[in-house]
Amino acid sequence: MAALRRTPPLAVVGTYLAILAYVAFALFPLYWLLKIALTPERLIYSDGTALWPSALTLENFRAVLFATDFLAYFRNSVIVSLGTAAATALIAAAAGYAFSRFAFRGKRLVIALMLVTQMFPLLMIIAPIYKIVAALGLLNSLTSLIIVYTAFNIPFATFLMQSFFDGIPKDLEEAAMMDGCTRLQALRKVILPLTLPGLGATLGFVFTAAWSELFFALMLIRSDDTMTFPVGLLSFVSKFSVDWGQMMAAGVLALVPSCLFFAFIQRYLVQGLTSGAVKG
Amino acid sequence: MAEMELRDVRKSYGGTEVLRNIDLRIGDGEFVVLVGPSGCGKSTLLRMIAGLESITGGALLIDGAEMTDVPPRARDIAMVFQSYALYPHMSVARNMGFSMEIRRRPETERRGPVDAAARTLGLGSFLDRLPRALSGGQRQRVAMGRAIVRDPKAFLFDEPLSNLDAALRAEMRLEIARLHQRLGTTMVYVTHDQVEAMTLADRIVVLNGGDIQQVGTPIELYERPANRFVATFIGSPTMNVLEVAPSRDGLRLADGTPLPGPGTARHIGIRPEHIALAKPGEGIAATVEVIERLGSDSNVHCEIPGVGPILARIRGNPDIRPGASVGLVPEKDHLHYFDASGTALPGMAM
Ligand SMILES: Nc1ncnc2c1ncn2[C@@H]1O[C@H](COP(=O)(O)OP(=O)(O)O)[C@@H](O)[C@H]1O
Ligand SMILES: [Mg+2]
Repeated sequence: MAALRRTPPLAVVGTYLAILAYVAFALFPLYWLLKIALTPERLIYSDGTALWPSALTLENFRAVLFATDFLAYFRNSVIVSLGTAAATALIAAAAGYAFSRFAFRGKRLVIALMLVTQMFPLLMIIAPIYKIVAALGLLNSLTSLIIVYTAFNIPFATFLMQSFFDGIPKDLEEAAMMDGCTRLQALRKVILPLTLPGLGATLGFVFTAAWSELFFALMLIRSDDTMTFPVGLLSFVSKFSVDWGQMMAAGVLALVPSCLFFAFIQRYLVQGLTSGAVKG
Repeated sequence: MAEMELRDVRKSYGGTEVLRNIDLRIGDGEFVVLVGPSGCGKSTLLRMIAGLESITGGALLIDGAEMTDVPPRARDIAMVFQSYALYPHMSVARNMGFSMEIRRRPETERRGPVDAAARTLGLGSFLDRLPRALSGGQRQRVAMGRAIVRDPKAFLFDEPLSNLDAALRAEMRLEIARLHQRLGTTMVYVTHDQVEAMTLADRIVVLNGGDIQQVGTPIELYERPANRFVATFIGSPTMNVLEVAPSRDGLRLADGTPLPGPGTARHIGIRPEHIALAKPGEGIAATVEVIERLGSDSNVHCEIPGVGPILARIRGNPDIRPGASVGLVPEKDHLHYFDASGTALPGMAM
């Protein structure tokens, strides 16, 4: 506040204009998505690049929801994303805690291997993964996607969780153990509540990654009833035309769970929860 | 209430040994202070007693029971951490009562001990606050309160006052002394501050480089330090240590001044408070460099030509000026002698 008072008014106006320009730039694609979704089909080409549609309709949404398989895709995506987020967060939290707190043989090797997995282009490993999934008889199943997504997200999520655990002083769980806790009790009663922001961030990151993944979903899923939403979106593209209005309406609907999810976890993203734990 | 015994305890991290040959008996209700310079292994030793650090070799017994491999929660010992380690998401009251919460004591039973501890520590009006809304001194009190509520067999303190300012530190030191008198519980206290050690301890354990240098009451350590390290570590201001060489009838300083003492001594030690000022010509000839006047006492920093600096602590406010030539007369009964290895030698008078 004090800094604000001292800056000249022109600079303040300039700052806000710059922020405004940035926000407009970042949100424009989302606006366009919404605009096309709300434009009646016959006007899509005639309206062209007009900023405001000349008529509004909910017809596209109605068609997507009731005349296509969209709801099934949507449900599949929710299952896959939630499953992936839950499995990844669980494993990454456990692994991150171990990396943060314990010295054990092979620790550096495991960390190195986890980094190595991040270095290969997906294109290189899709064939072997396809073979493995096929051999397991898991093709066309949501389980296969959850397993693959979890495997790919664990390294980054683990390092993320480790950094959150590193930020919590070791003294806290030692104090808890002196107070009579087992290590697991100390973890549950003292460390976990303090890691919620980290857990929220990790869940959010993994959820969005799984929600928008197309490549593996395209390769491992063929049948209509296990398609996830990004694959399903492609069905709006037929050989002869693209149904822009419905595709955009589906896109708008697809944003809903991500928004809900972040709205739900954002209160855990509040930082500074550990302040006051140690020192003065 | 507990007796503790450490038998030939060792600690290594990988290949490096940080503590060795630790033999120590701590009596029931005793206040033992572990003191030594930073990095000498004090915290490690305390944490091994707590069970937070594994014991590489040797044994720990509490009340005669083998505790070497028992987890912290089963040792019935409370610890106050240097960082306080308060649970940031819990109120002061819940922090203090957490040990009872873990033992599934019902909420109504927890309130009594928490309130009692809060009252003695002056925390009564802060019980609903989170730690982050407290000052450093208040956090320190909460950490102590948490240990008191625990009602353990023994208390461990790891430099509990080192994050406080000087005034608060003196106040809390007194409070800890009172706590020990009131509870009479065994306490093991780690500090690098020899004043804290001297004022609080029934017995002091001086550590250096992973070895116990000496164990004794504060006065024993002050009057009969076992070696040069203890001699210079205990006491404030620090003991003067001067090089000496053997002569026909005793010892002499590098400037030729004769001194009594055993011929094997290579250093003598004189505490500043055991030196008297005399006229030039008497005792050791020296030049006054700086005088610090503290009111009750004065620290007279002198230089003995050809020997080095020496500090004398004189009662009151002597009438001398920097640059003056003086004679320094050590009290013969209070000379300390150290051989080439630094080990104390029995003096002539003793
Ligand atoms: N986890 C550890 N791994 C390796 N060395 C350690 C570890 N903890 C402490 N040390 C070493 O042990 C010695 C004693 O440490 P510490 O007990 O903390 O000293 P103090 O409390 O007396 O300052 C130090 O030299 C320190 O570097
Ligand atoms: Mg220490």
